[in-house]
Amino acid sequence: MQFDQILQYTLSGLSTGAIYALIGIGFSIIYNATGIINFAQGEFVMLGGLLTLSCLELLKLPLWAAVPCAVAVSTLVGILFERLAIRPLRQPTPINLVIITIGGSILIRGLAMLVWGKDTHAVPPFSGDTPIAIGGATILPQHLWIFAITLIIIFINKVYFYRTISGKAMRACSYNRRAAGLVGIDVKRMVLFSFIISSAMGAVAGIIVAPLTMTAYDVGVMLGLKGFCAAIIGGMSSGASTVIGGLILGVLESLGAGLISSGYKDAIAFIILLLILFIRPQGLFGKADSERV
Amino acid sequence: MLEVSGITQIFGGVTALDSVSFSMSKGDITGVIGPNGAGKTTLFNIITGIYRQSAGTVLLEGKDVTGLPPEKLARLAMVRTFQNIELFGGMTVLENVMVGMHTRSSAGLLACALKMPWSISEERRISVGALKWLEFAGIADLADHTAGSLPFGKGRLLEIARALAVEPRIILMDEPAAGLNSQETFALAQLIKRIRDLGITVVLVEHDMELVMDICDRIVVLNLGRKLAEGTPREIQESPEVIAAYLGDDD
Amino acid sequence: MKRDFVLFIAFSLLVVAVPLLFSGGYLMNVLVFVGINTMLAIALNLLLGYAGQISLGHAGFFGLGAYLSGILTTTCSVNPWVAMPAAAAVVGCLAGLIGFPILKLKGHYLAMATLGLGIIMYIVFNETVDLTGGPSGLSAIPNLKLAGVSFDSDIKNYYLIWSFTLAVMLFSLNLANSRVGRALRAVHDSEVAAQVLGVNARLLKVQIFALSAVISSLAGSLYAHTMTFVAPASFGFNFSIELLTMVVIGGLGSIYGSFLGAALLTLLPEFLRGANEYDIIIYGGLLMVMVMYMPGGLVRGVPALYRKVVRQKSVADHA
Repeated sequence: MQFDQILQYTLSGLSTGAIYALIGIGFSIIYNATGIINFAQGEFVMLGGLLTLSCLELLKLPLWAAVPCAVAVSTLVGILFERLAIRPLRQPTPINLVIITIGGSILIRGLAMLVWGKDTHAVPPFSGDTPIAIGGATILPQHLWIFAITLIIIFINKVYFYRTISGKAMRACSYNRRAAGLVGIDVKRMVLFSFIISSAMGAVAGIIVAPLTMTAYDVGVMLGLKGFCAAIIGGMSSGASTVIGGLILGVLESLGAGLISSGYKDAIAFIILLLILFIRPQGLFGKADSERV
Repeated sequence: MLEVSGITQIFGGVTALDSVSFSMSKGDITGVIGPNGAGKTTLFNIITGIYRQSAGTVLLEGKDVTGLPPEKLARLAMVRTFQNIELFGGMTVLENVMVGMHTRSSAGLLACALKMPWSISEERRISVGALKWLEFAGIADLADHTAGSLPFGKGRLLEIARALAVEPRIILMDEPAAGLNSQETFALAQLIKRIRDLGITVVLVEHDMELVMDICDRIVVLNLGRKLAEGTPREIQESPEVIAAYLGDDD
Repeated sequence: MKRDFVLFIAFSLLVVAVPLLFSGGYLMNVLVFVGINTMLAIALNLLLGYAGQISLGHAGFFGLGAYLSGILTTTCSVNPWVAMPAAAAVVGCLAGLIGFPILKLKGHYLAMATLGLGIIMYIVFNETVDLTGGPSGLSAIPNLKLAGVSFDSDIKNYYLIWSFTLAVMLFSLNLANSRVGRALRAVHDSEVAAQVLGVNARLLKVQIFALSAVISSLAGSLYAHTMTFVAPASFGFNFSIELLTMVVIGGLGSIYGSFLGAALLTLLPEFLRGANEYDIIIYGGLLMVMVMYMPGGLVRGVPALYRKVVRQKSVADHA
């Protein structure tokens, strides 16, 4: 077990972890604004990657145009989802919400299968694939893109939630929805915003990771679940805690796959999920809830 | 019968209850009153095992029951009703009361599923017993209605009938008169007196002063998390501290 | 009570009569699947519809029952009639152990945890190649034999499976209308009120979780011995969702509803033969439509719709 190997696994783990972090933040934003866990979150990731592919190949758009295009369409799907599925729900019990978001995710996945088929597709990397050496390990330029874009998005998030009025309004909703409504915040609109931001972030995550892992109609399931895992580790925060959660998950998964067994790679995330839910459901960094009845 | 001593409850930075102590005698109807925010419901939730208290003890018939979960308290013959009635809306009125008899029956999962003969006769006994409690509360005619469709006043009576089916020795009611009109409140007062006549100790948290002064044997007054006064209705009505707490100083 | 009894007898007679009225090995085979799926849907319904606890990992228990029974009877040459209850006992204990921590969770968290559990089981089925044969599956699983009769044809399997299905239905119907069934529904409607009345909600939830797993395991074992071949693909997340769809469409908290949902979702793909790829879209759409417009499922929604139509018609007639 050489240091180089461990470094390699850690680096690639950090980059997948960044993706999990972005997806996890998406979960947290919707959850904090609405109390809903959006099972369909992973599908926006999938849409981001596949839509970019279509923009590049079918519409022959250059990368700098394809990406915003893909994000825009994914966000549109997110808006439609919120409008058509979430808002009209008459009995928003947890069971119904779980079922409807699962139904939505299946529907989106099925439609994606119709459009793009079942094959995996390769997406060209943003700036070539000449490996870069770091220590005894190598990373690809796409990894750097992932780190950079993740940092940018987290920064934008911070600015939005803490410096803008609508961001602060969303935070108010997450602390106390009724009070927020009483001071004049349009809660329904905040719900819509939360879906817009989450689907956009999910799409971006999908776009930056697609060149590394190929993309297909069903990548959303696993990525979504692992993103959720990151959010749980981070205590459903839409900030640093979830980022750390994602990075921890990515690195543990990568080290586990490399050093122990690659077949069980996916199981690692779920075992961690179960352990956290059993032992410390408020996440590694959250404070335990004191119930008020 | 029921004794609380030194009950203190701290939520984050707020001291909801500060060393509250008093006792309730067997067979009494005891009222717990106080301005809003005095900590009455918090105290109730601690006694009935729903909250964990920060300090203090609860003794039931001399036995320390502090921190015991509600289902264990039910087996020790203590039961409570809720301020926002917690009916089993999807079941019928009769079925709601039948659940109340859970501790007075014992057919387990396998016995029920395999329809063992003794579970069938127990089921009949439960059904008959539940109907009796509905009659006691005066709502036997609603037995087959869905609980969720009941008007509020009837729902209150159902919750009380259901609690009585546990055959408790002490029943704690959280604002039973809330939301009732004066006619329904009068009927409630009669019902509570009949419950006391069965030998059951009653403790009420209430805001309706007329009801409290009318039926309670003893009254405990809480204010801002502390016990302010304790005594007979007359003593409480004449206590200057209580008057000051409710109405503000007269100067 | 009387009416429920008559209904069940009528249903059982129908089940017995079907092979005598319709013939065809293919139909029998499909109806065998309906029977197995009905058992699974009832198992999930007990947990979800009655006790109100979400599980998205039930395909895992189904698979465990299938693999445990399959492995015991092939590698260890155990008699299937011993292997099935043994597998059920193991699955029941496992579910009981996991049930305590997992059922402390509620709502979405429980859904995710059970989802994770189901996927972990699926991965184990795929990876323990020496035991399970991995992705290529486990074959040569023996048929069940009783009194010299070997259950190896479609019509024999039909009666075998449906005997178990009817037994599970009867078991569940009895349970639903009993003291324990009421306690379950009480926990679903208001857990705190049920506790105050003496119901040990935590223990009850674990018991139902274990029961649900045992029934699923039984269905899995029967599946293994009638198909004689099992592969991990049948026990993944997609099937857990299919089971959920069956329960929701049929009607949460209704045993006959589970049959309806199972029958519909097993027969529907047969009628959409060419549209094999589209079934996943249809499930998604069905789930959403049902939850939005008919949350009580078909078993309540259809009669309600009928009554509405009849009432509107009589208003129109009298106008």
